[in-house]
Amino acid sequence: MTNLRWKLLAIVVVISLSVWAFTPPSQKVRLGLDLKGGVHLVLRVNTDDALRIETETTADRLRESLTSKAVTGATVTVSSPTDFKAEGIAPGQDAAFRDAANEVQVNFDRQSGVGGAYSFVMKPNIVIQLRNEAVTQALQTIERRVNDLGVAEPIVAPYGSAGNQILVELPGVSDVNRAKEIIRNTALLELKLVVEGPSPSREALLASRNGVVPPDMEAVPGSESVPQGERAGTAFYLVRRVPVVTGRDLRTARPTVDENNRPAVSFSLTQDGASKFGTATGQNIGRSLAIILDGRVQSAPRIEGRITDEGRISGNFTQQEVADLSLVLRSGALPASLTYLEQRVVGPSLGADSIRAGILASLTGLTLVAVFMLVYYKAAGINAIVTVSLNLVILLGFMAYLGAVMTLPGIAGFVLTIGMGVDSNVLIFERIREELATAKGVKAAVAAGFDRVFLTILDTHIASLIAAGFLFQFGTGPIRGFATTLTFGLLSNVFTSVFVSRTLFEAILARRQVARLSI
Amino acid sequence: MQILKAPHYNFIKWRWHALALSAVVILTGVGLMIARGGLPLGVDFSGGTIVIVKFSQPVPEDIVRNAIEVIPGDKVVQQYGEPADNAVMIRLPQIQQAEQGANLEEGANRVVTALQDAKVPKFEVLSTEIVGPVIGRELQLKGIYATLTSIVAITLYIAVRFRPSFAIGAIAATFHDIFVTLAFLSFFGYELSLNIVAAILTMTGYSVNDTIVIFDRVRENLRTMRRDSLEQVVNTAVNQTLSRTIITAGVTFLAVAALFLFGGEVLHGFAFTMLVGIVSGTYSTVFIAAAIAIMLSHRKAAARVAAVKTPASATPAPPPSGSRSKARNARAS
Repeated sequence: MTNLRWKLLAIVVVISLSVWAFTPPSQKVRLGLDLKGGVHLVLRVNTDDALRIETETTADRLRESLTSKAVTGATVTVSSPTDFKAEGIAPGQDAAFRDAANEVQVNFDRQSGVGGAYSFVMKPNIVIQLRNEAVTQALQTIERRVNDLGVAEPIVAPYGSAGNQILVELPGVSDVNRAKEIIRNTALLELKLVVEGPSPSREALLASRNGVVPPDMEAVPGSESVPQGERAGTAFYLVRRVPVVTGRDLRTARPTVDENNRPAVSFSLTQDGASKFGTATGQNIGRSLAIILDGRVQSAPRIEGRITDEGRISGNFTQQEVADLSLVLRSGALPASLTYLEQRVVGPSLGADSIRAGILASLTGLTLVAVFMLVYYKAAGINAIVTVSLNLVILLGFMAYLGAVMTLPGIAGFVLTIGMGVDSNVLIFERIREELATAKGVKAAVAAGFDRVFLTILDTHIASLIAAGFLFQFGTGPIRGFATTLTFGLLSNVFTSVFVSRTLFEAILARRQVARLSI
Repeated sequence: MQILKAPHYNFIKWRWHALALSAVVILTGVGLMIARGGLPLGVDFSGGTIVIVKFSQPVPEDIVRNAIEVIPGDKVVQQYGEPADNAVMIRLPQIQQAEQGANLEEGANRVVTALQDAKVPKFEVLSTEIVGPVIGRELQLKGIYATLTSIVAITLYIAVRFRPSFAIGAIAATFHDIFVTLAFLSFFGYELSLNIVAAILTMTGYSVNDTIVIFDRVRENLRTMRRDSLEQVVNTAVNQTLSRTIITAGVTFLAVAALFLFGGEVLHGFAFTMLVGIVSGTYSTVFIAAAIAIMLSHRKAAARVAAVKTPASATPAPPPSGSRSKARNARAS
């Protein structure tokens, strides 16, 4: 086969591959949120929460350790997410205190102050490590929840330069508020032994202890109100601080009904959790166990006998709430609270409108350009139309094959590619006209035109590619779609305007001696 | 068909007039921006809430305004898209959300509730955009950074491929285009949105295309037109590529005009920016980039000539454009 035939074959192969890649369009072309409709969220992980949990846990452990070593009179208080201090240590107990502290203070630097006081500051590298872990864990938890929501092709990814932001995109979702609640729900489940309660108010609860909460207990509000006399108030419980089991010990959770046929959540525990649960329930028959969700007591059933592996959370739930709660418990608790920073919702009708408008604009643009090229460059205009159309086909094929997302600005990129594609053709044709004027003969003029112009085309495309690169970095979502379309459009343009166009010319000029070129 | 047969306009002669015109446009734009207190920032950059609502029948904007009267702050109610769409855009300013508890979507929810309470005709929420202050600020910085680094990168590329003085010319033309575009955005009351900044970024690459084509021709002509002054070489190059410049600009303008007219409201600002950019880009390439390249080359050449003796082989006939010293300057550069 001649050189020319190989070239034509190569072009046909490329076209076929492209067309195969994007048909059928409804399945193979990924649409962005602005064309499909959906929700775009940016949230921030409040990593301070995770630090505080670590600090409070360490402080708790220090208290327990001090009690077990009979160091009395010392108070341990948490002063910030990363600091806590211990005060009131008698001089004679200093050694015992240090023993206790050494056991628990792995992640903290200890400094001694005046009058038997010590301050503990979290080590800087631990702070960084915990922050990163919190973000990673939040990312994974959110991902599990989003997957459980049943959204097709969701995106959950780190975002931004601050290191604590997460991007969530949910195509096709219209109930924004439910999605946000499910994502944001901290879902911290704790089962704690009840010491006293329920009481209608915090003061009533602590009345017998002079309003002081003992260090190994805490007062927790309930989620329902308890009538006392004529007034109804939020119920308060006094519970042991250290939980019997937490959400970490859950194996799974699913919706069910309680003994009154109201919606409830049934959960089962891991082996570890089951043994802890069994011990605690076995030793505390007759007491109540508070089921605490995000710091509020949902219910506090009496322990009738030793239970090991299953439990039930009942309360004032609707069926939807029970389903959502099970979902959230299954995914695990969030290590820190989340704040929403940005929210964009595109309804499906706007998405469909945008697609229509984009296609209309592209076709109109293509037609206008085609008409002009035919009028101005006559038969050579056909060459230009073919190359520009081919350019779009290859562009679409590229994007479909790589799974790149098509957005509305991406369609604008299509239109721009039409314009820039024509630019290359114009450069070449004008040059060919010039060369023809020097009486070189048609074939030589065409060859000279392409040769001289190749470097210029390369230069202009590289400059635009640089801009597209920065655009990709700067933008997210729709703008990235535009940068992608622009980049691939430019790349395929170099191919079509130089290689394909030239091959077409050669094919036409191959057979006969052409005296005049219609250009 | 050919629109310009062998054009021979003296662009370089008009460069000062062109620069003056550009200065007028840019200064007016800057003045307008200062008078209005800066360029209006869209929700993407200033933070805030936008709710786009489509009614089933025509509803006057005032009814919508009255309905959302209860919500505090400077609200903006505007027609969205064509009148036949019956769509309205409602914008709420940024609410200070100091604590975590404050709800991001509170504004949007209140708008929907207020509209429902006011018993306006049936409506559908087409889209909402809510941007918190943190993101808004981040995007501002990101946008400026991206634009500047893009310009720097492209300029470096030109400096390497051609010569540094050309690169300065290109950078001047690009900044000119950006300021002219901002001026026009200000004239026509557009706000800076993500799409518009994307269009501006695209322009940095696109407006340089024309410049590269002309500089390419200049480089080629410098090899063959050794006896002519740089001004002549550049002028010739501009004229040689004039057809191509006008046609390309025209065709791309046609394509983007299709986008402006039919592409829908979302892309309106983007298309407008590109249209201004195409026109300004062509204008700036022809008059400004070339002019600055010449000015810088002259200064360098003059410095060099001062240190070099005049060559012995003088040209037999004086070059068409000017004096002998200009020819020597051209050769020395």
